[in-house]
Amino acid sequence: MPAFLDAPLRRLLPALVLLMMAMPALAAGETASSSLPWWFWPLALFVTCFLIGIVAVPAGIGGGTLFVPIVGGFFPFHLDFVRGAGLLVALASALAAGPMLLRSGLANLRLALPLALLASISSIAGAMLGLALPANAMQIALGVIVLAIVALMLVTKKAEHPEVAQPDPLAAALGIHGVFFDGASGQFARWQVHRTPLALFLFLLIGLIGGLFGIGAGWANVPVLNMVMGAPLKVAAGTSGLILSLSSASASWYYINSGATLPMIAVPSVIGMILGARIGAHLLHVLKSSHIRKMVIVLLAFAGLRAILKGTGLWM
Amino acid sequence: MDVNTAASAADLERDEVRVYANLLYYGMVAGFVLLLASFAAYLFGWLPAFVAPQELPRLWGLPVAQYLQQSHSPSGWGWLAQAGHGDFSNLVGIVVLVGCSLPPLLALVPLFLKQRDRAYAIICALEVLVLLLAASGVLGAGH
Repeated sequence: MPAFLDAPLRRLLPALVLLMMAMPALAAGETASSSLPWWFWPLALFVTCFLIGIVAVPAGIGGGTLFVPIVGGFFPFHLDFVRGAGLLVALASALAAGPMLLRSGLANLRLALPLALLASISSIAGAMLGLALPANAMQIALGVIVLAIVALMLVTKKAEHPEVAQPDPLAAALGIHGVFFDGASGQFARWQVHRTPLALFLFLLIGLIGGLFGIGAGWANVPVLNMVMGAPLKVAAGTSGLILSLSSASASWYYINSGATLPMIAVPSVIGMILGARIGAHLLHVLKSSHIRKMVIVLLAFAGLRAILKGTGLWM
Repeated sequence: MDVNTAASAADLERDEVRVYANLLYYGMVAGFVLLLASFAAYLFGWLPAFVAPQELPRLWGLPVAQYLQQSHSPSGWGWLAQAGHGDFSNLVGIVVLVGCSLPPLLALVPLFLKQRDRAYAIICALEVLVLLLAASGVLGAGH
C-alpha cells in the first residue's frame, strides 16, 4: 500500500465502517418498518453484524456487547428476541475461537471451569429475570449497564503480566496455574493467580448481567481475570471466551425454551458476526486499535443513551 | 530444550486440553454446518415455513409470549415436532451449537478422575448438570 494512502486509510476505514453500521438504523428511523420488505431486516442485520464483527476484534470488545444495544435500539425487533440472538452471537464467537485458543495455551481450562460454573448458574437466573421484566424497564436497565461498560472501558487499566507473588489457598488447591507461549517475547511465561474467592463472587454477578441483557461478558471477564486474579492479559482474553462459551450456553437454553430465539434474527446475526470477526482479525495490523476503541466507546455511549430514551418513551 | 520449555510443552499437551479442544471443535463445526444448511433451506423455501417470512415484520416487535400466541408457535422442546418446517429446522443447528460443550465436559470427568483430581471431576459434572437443567426446560421457561 502506498505510504501516502496508508495514514488516511487507517483513519477513514474505521469511521466508514461505523457509518455503514449506522445506516440500517438511519433507515429504520426515517422509514416506517412496515413499509420495508421483510428481507430488508435480516439483510441489514447481517451487514450490521458483519461490521460489528470487524470493529469488535481491534476494539478488544466482544461482538455481543455491541450487538444488543445497537440492534435493540435501532431495529424493529422486540428486546426479548434481540437478547436471545445476542447470547447466540456471543456463544458462536466464543466457540469459533475456543479450540484454537485452548490448543495454544491462551485459554486455560483449570482457570475457566470453576468460574464458568458459577457464571452459568447465575446467567440462567439472569435470563429468567430478563424475560419476566417489562420491556421498557429492560431498555432503561440496558442503557444504564451499557453506559457503565463505557465508563469501565475508559477507566480500566490492563497489565500484560501482573505480578502475583503467591497464589491464594483455593487457587493452589485447584492447581490454577500454567504456562503460555508469548509470541511477542518469543518465550514461555509461567503464571499463577490470586484472589480466587473474590473472582468467583464477581463471576456470579457477571453471569447474572450476561443472562439478563443477553450481552457477552468479555468486557467484564477480562478485567476480573487480569486485574483481580492476576492472569496475564493474553490468558485472560483467551480464557474469557472459554467461560463465555459455557455461561452463554446455559442462558441460551432458557431463551430457546422460552421461544425467544427467532432464527430469522439469530442466524444472520451469527453468520455476519463470525465472518466480520475473521476479517477484523486480519485487519488488526492495518487498523489502529486505539482509534477504533475510541469510536466504539462513542458508539456504545450513543446506543446506551438511545436505550434509556427508548425505555422512557422519549425517543421511540 | 531447557526445563521451563519442557514443562511448558508438557503443560500444553495435557490430555484434558487436547480432548476438550477436539470435541469442542467437532461440535462447533457440526453446529455451523447444520445452521447454514437449514437457514438456506428456510430462506430459499426448500422447506415450508411454519411462520411465513412475510408475516414476521408484524410479529417480531411483540414480546415473546404474544409472539408465541399469535403465531401459534410451540415453546420448550415442542419445536422438535415441527422441525420439518424451515424456520424450526434452524433450531437443530442452534441446539447443536449451544449443546456442543456437553460432550467435552463429559469426556473430562473420567480423565480428571484418572488423574485423581476429584475437585475438577465434580466441577465438570456440576457444569453438565447445570447445562442439562437449563436445556430440559423444567426451570419454568415456556409461556
